Amino acid sequence: MEAILLQILNGLDKGGAYALIALGLSLVFGTLGVVNFAHGALFMLGAFVAVSVQSLLTLSMRVRDTSITFFEAYKETPYLEVWWGDTGRAIIDYAVPISIVIAIPVMLLIGVAMERGLVRFFYKRDHADQILVTFGLAIVLQEIVKAFFGANPIPVSAPEVVATSVDVGTMFGLQGITYPWWRLIYLGFSLLIIGGVFAFLHYTTFGMVVRAGMHDRETVGLLGINIQKRFTIVFGLATVVVGLAGVMYTPILSPDCHMGMEFLVLSFVVVVVGGMGSLPGAAAAGFLLGILQSFFSMNEIKSILPGIDQIIIYLVAVFILLVRPRGLMGRD
Amino acid sequence: MHTIIASTRMRDYITLALFTLVVLTAPLWGKLIGAGYPDLLKKFAIFGLFAVGYNILFGLTGYLSFGHAAFLGVGSYATVWSFKLLSMNVIPAVLFSIVLSGLLAVVIGFLSLRRTGIYFSILTLAFAQMSYNMAYSVLTPITNGETGLRVLRHDPRVLDSLFGVQVEGSPLGGLFGVTLTGYSGFYFCAALLILGFWIALRIFRSPYGLKLLAIKSNQTRMEYTGFNPRPYLLSAFVISGIYAGVAGSLMAIVDPLAGAERMQWTASGEVVLMTILGGLGTLFGPILGAALIKYLENIFSAFNDQTLFQIFDFLPHWLARIMVDITSPFVGDGWHLTLGVLFMAIIIFLPGGLMEGFRHISVRLSRKSGGDADMASLEAAEGESK
Repeated sequence: MEAILLQILNGLDKGGAYALIALGLSLVFGTLGVVNFAHGALFMLGAFVAVSVQSLLTLSMRVRDTSITFFEAYKETPYLEVWWGDTGRAIIDYAVPISIVIAIPVMLLIGVAMERGLVRFFYKRDHADQILVTFGLAIVLQEIVKAFFGANPIPVSAPEVVATSVDVGTMFGLQGITYPWWRLIYLGFSLLIIGGVFAFLHYTTFGMVVRAGMHDRETVGLLGINIQKRFTIVFGLATVVVGLAGVMYTPILSPDCHMGMEFLVLSFVVVVVGGMGSLPGAAAAGFLLGILQSFFSMNEIKSILPGIDQIIIYLVAVFILLVRPRGLMGRD
Repeated sequence: MHTIIASTRMRDYITLALFTLVVLTAPLWGKLIGAGYPDLLKKFAIFGLFAVGYNILFGLTGYLSFGHAAFLGVGSYATVWSFKLLSMNVIPAVLFSIVLSGLLAVVIGFLSLRRTGIYFSILTLAFAQMSYNMAYSVLTPITNGETGLRVLRHDPRVLDSLFGVQVEGSPLGGLFGVTLTGYSGFYFCAALLILGFWIALRIFRSPYGLKLLAIKSNQTRMEYTGFNPRPYLLSAFVISGIYAGVAGSLMAIVDPLAGAERMQWTASGEVVLMTILGGLGTLFGPILGAALIKYLENIFSAFNDQTLFQIFDFLPHWLARIMVDITSPFVGDGWHLTLGVLFMAIIIFLPGGLMEGFRHISVRLSRKSGGDADMASLEAAEGESK
C-alpha cells in the first residue's frame, strides 16, 4: 500500500510536467492548427531562464576569507551576499521563485515573436512543412543553448525551506512515506496552472472568443472579431505555460540542452493518447501516463518484465491507437 | 505508345549510365573539391542510399516519417551480429540487415500507418525513440548498451570456421577475401547506391510509383477509384525501411561498430533534411542533398577559431575579432547550429529544394534567350509547387 501510494506520488509530478507541455501543444494545435515541434525546446528555454537567473544572482567576487588566519585566503562570494548579507543570501536561495516572475514576460515575448516571426507564415502550408520548420527551430534553439551553457546538466537548487522531504504518510494514516517537498509543490503548481488555463478559457470573454474560434474560425471572423490577434496571444500563453513548467522542473531534473526533445517526444505521445486538440484529454493523459510510467518502474514489476518502464508509455499509445484512434477524449 | 515507353526506357538507361559514371569517378572529381578521400566518399554513398530510400516514402506518398533512424540502427546491429556469428563476409551481413530492418518496418509501418498526417509523424518518432530507449536498456545483451557493439577476434563466426577462413589482425568486413577498407569499401557502397538508385528509378516509372503519387495528391479520391491505399503505403514504408537498413549495414561494414546513438531522432531529422535540401520527390535530389550535407559537415566541423582568423585576415583586426566571435558558434562543434539554420532557410524559402532552384534558374535562362513555351513551363512548374 505504501509502495503504491509512493509510486502514485512519483508519477504525479512527472505527469504534471507532461500535462503542462501537452496542454500547450494541444492549445496551439487547437487554435492555430500548427504542430509545434519546438515546444519541447521552449520547455528547455524555460528551464534555462532559471539557470540564467541563478547564475546572474550568484555573480561572485573574491573576498578575503576571515576564517583562515595564518595565510591570506580568498573565497568567491556572490555580490548580493557582500552587499546585503543575509538578505542577499535569501534572495539567492529563492532563485527559482524569482525566475518564475522573470520567465513570464520573457516566455511571452519569445512566444509572440515566434508566432509573428515564423509560425504565421506556415498556416497555409502543409502540416509536413510546419513540422519541419519548427523541428529546425528546435535544433537551432537547442544548439544556441548548448553554445552558451555547454552540454552538461546544470544543477539548480530549490529554496532551502522546501529542499527537505515531508512525511506524507501521516496525512493518510500510513507509516514511512516521505516525499520531497518540491515535488509536491510541482504537483500543486501544475494543477494550479492547468486550472488557471481552463478558467481563463471558460470564464473570460477572451477565452470564450478563443473557444469559439477553435470551433469555427471563419464564423468568428465574420462577426468582426480579429481572431488571429487572439490566437497569437494564445500562442504566447502556451509558451508561458510550458516555460513555467520548465522553470519549476529545474530542481527536480538538472537541465541540459537535450531535455527539450526528450520531453517533447513523450508529450506528443501524451497528446496522441489524450486526443489531439482536446485540452482535458491532454491534461488527463499527462497524469495518467506519468503514473503508469512510475508504476512500471517499481522493482517488483521490473523483475518480471525488465525494462518495461522505458517503453510502457509507447505501448499504451499503440494500444490506444488500435482500439480508439482519436484518443481518449478527442473528436475527429 | 510503344515508342514512348521505349524512349523513356532508353532515357532511363542513359540516366543510369551517367549516374554510374559520376559515382564511380567520384574519387577523381572528389579531389577537385577537396573530398577525394574514401571516408567522406563512403559517407556520400551511404547517406545517399539512405536518402534515396527515404524519398520513396516521403517524396512519393508524402508521409513524413521521423523514425527512419531506427531502421538504420537495426541494420547496423544486424550486420555486426552477422560478423560476430556467421562470417566476416559482407553478403550474409547485408542480407541479414535487409531481413531484420524489413521486419521491423512491417511492424512499425503497420501500426503507424493506421493514422495519417501529423499523427503518423508523431508515431514514427515515438517508435524510433522507443527503439533507442530499448537499445540502451532492455536490449543491452544484444546491443551492448552505451559501449556499442564491436566485432571481436574470438567471436564464433560459424561460416568462416566452416570454410577455414582465418581472421588476422582486427576483423574487417570483406568480400571473398577482399577487405573492404579504403577505396574498395567505397566501391562496395557505390555499387549498392547504384543498385538502390536503379530500383528507385524503376519505382518512379512504374504504375506502382504512380499509385504512391496518387496517395500524395489525394488519398480519398484514390480510395473512390477503387484502390486500397494501405498495402501501397505499407510496402513503400517497408521498402524505404530496407534502404535505411542497408545504409546502416554499410555503416557497420566500413567501420565494424554499432551504437545506439545512430537511432536517435537527430539521425532521422538529418535524412529528412537531406531529402528536402536536394529536392523532395526528385530522383537525384536526395543524393545531392546527402552529399552536400556531408560535405559541408566535413568542412564546417573542421573549422576552429584559428582557421576563422585566417579567413577574416583581410579585415582590420578588431573587425576580424568581431567576425570570428559571430561565426565561431556555427563551426566546429556548433555545426549542428548551421544545419538547423540551413534546414529552416530551405523550408522557408525553397521548399522544393535545390532541384527546384536549378529548374527555376534554367527556365529563367532559356526564357532570356527567347521562347514563350518556356514561360508556360515555368508557370506550370510554379503552379505545381503550390
